Amino acid sequence: MTAKGITPETVPALAEFLLSMADDEFVIGFSDSEWTGIAPILEEDVAMSSIAQDELGHARALYELLADLLADGRDADALAYDREPDAYRHARLLEHGRGDWATTMARRFLYDTADAARLASIGEGWPPLADLVAKIRREERYHLMHVTAWANRLAAAGGEARSRFVSALEALAVDAPSVISAPEGEAELVAAGILSRPMADAATEWRQEVVRILGPLDISLTLDADPAPRDIGRVPSADFQWLWGEFTSVRRSEVGATW
Amino acid sequence: MVVGRIHFGASFGSGGHLVTAAPPAIDEAAVREALRAVHDPEIPTVSIVDLGIVECVSVAPDAIHVELLPTFVGCPALDIIRDSVIEALAPLGQPVTVDFTWRVPWTSDRISEVGRARLAASGFAPPAEPEDVRCPYCQSDHVAMDSAFGPTACRSLFYCRDCRQPFEAFKPI
Repeated sequence: MTAKGITPETVPALAEFLLSMADDEFVIGFSDSEWTGIAPILEEDVAMSSIAQDELGHARALYELLADLLADGRDADALAYDREPDAYRHARLLEHGRGDWATTMARRFLYDTADAARLASIGEGWPPLADLVAKIRREERYHLMHVTAWANRLAAAGGEARSRFVSALEALAVDAPSVISAPEGEAELVAAGILSRPMADAATEWRQEVVRILGPLDISLTLDADPAPRDIGRVPSADFQWLWGEFTSVRRSEVGATW
Repeated sequence: MVVGRIHFGASFGSGGHLVTAAPPAIDEAAVREALRAVHDPEIPTVSIVDLGIVECVSVAPDAIHVELLPTFVGCPALDIIRDSVIEALAPLGQPVTVDFTWRVPWTSDRISEVGRARLAASGFAPPAEPEDVRCPYCQSDHVAMDSAFGPTACRSLFYCRDCRQPFEAFKPI
């Protein structure tokens, strides 16, 4: 069974791409939700909770598209929760936990800017995804405003705030390009118009955007191209193993329960 | 997609008497009018019609279909809104189906003039770019955004430097 407008040969590549996008949004959304109740100031508690809610909403919508595409009996919840840790396809950037506030902001900055370049690479080839992404981009605009303000604030503050933020950016930079590494079957996705350009082009745009924002703050990062596809069968990090235990705990506590 | 079925037998009055009044003719306008009673629980002063989330209403001889646009992808109120739509249309006596779609993105431009006036009257600034937001209490433009994120995903926090009131503004999206 194939979705309308998609040739059977394209389905595996599209499914893998959807899964990686959904897992990215799910993992960063769940991880950021850990700030609910403990963010540095009340406004940030509210902001991070809203951002996390947005990301989990995006993940749900992407898992629903994937469930329709696969039509293998799994719904969005089954796709989100019923996998072992090594079957998740999130970017290596998100193998890092939330850390302190500076690390969370550095991770969000690298993720949001890379994700923006990825979302700008979705073509019209599969309308269900194109429509959803058009909607998602309207929301991500606010996430970018939020994290750019924090990048400016932490960098301009000097002292410990700046040093923690810069250290976190440098520590995460090596894994950041994994957000927009070329998906498996990229050529088929481009040919089908599902992607409007190869991810290498998105990565170029992303690096320019990072320089545009961080350059005036006197921060320079090395963001090497990441030629490797997402690691399939990698050993999940301790941070992610812990997070997985958290986000599956309710689901595992009573298999098949609904609420 | 969620399908809601409703009871569509004859209605009974409180004393158990069969109510014999003929049901009103059902057309799209009647459905839209009935939907004016439905509100997003996070924006209770504006009907879903004035909020602009009712994209499509179709009335067949034996079914009513309503297509809605979520304001935000992660809106947690969708199930409540769907149930409220089914409940509000129950008196029309036809099975009701409700779908949500991304085919058309909801934008804050879809809020009607009535909706904008109701928001302002309730102390919410209608959606506008941050530099165009006005205080809903004193109409001052001497306002500052405290945070892009308010108590729900669709609102930002502002402060009026003239009347010294914090207020919420709907995000332009």
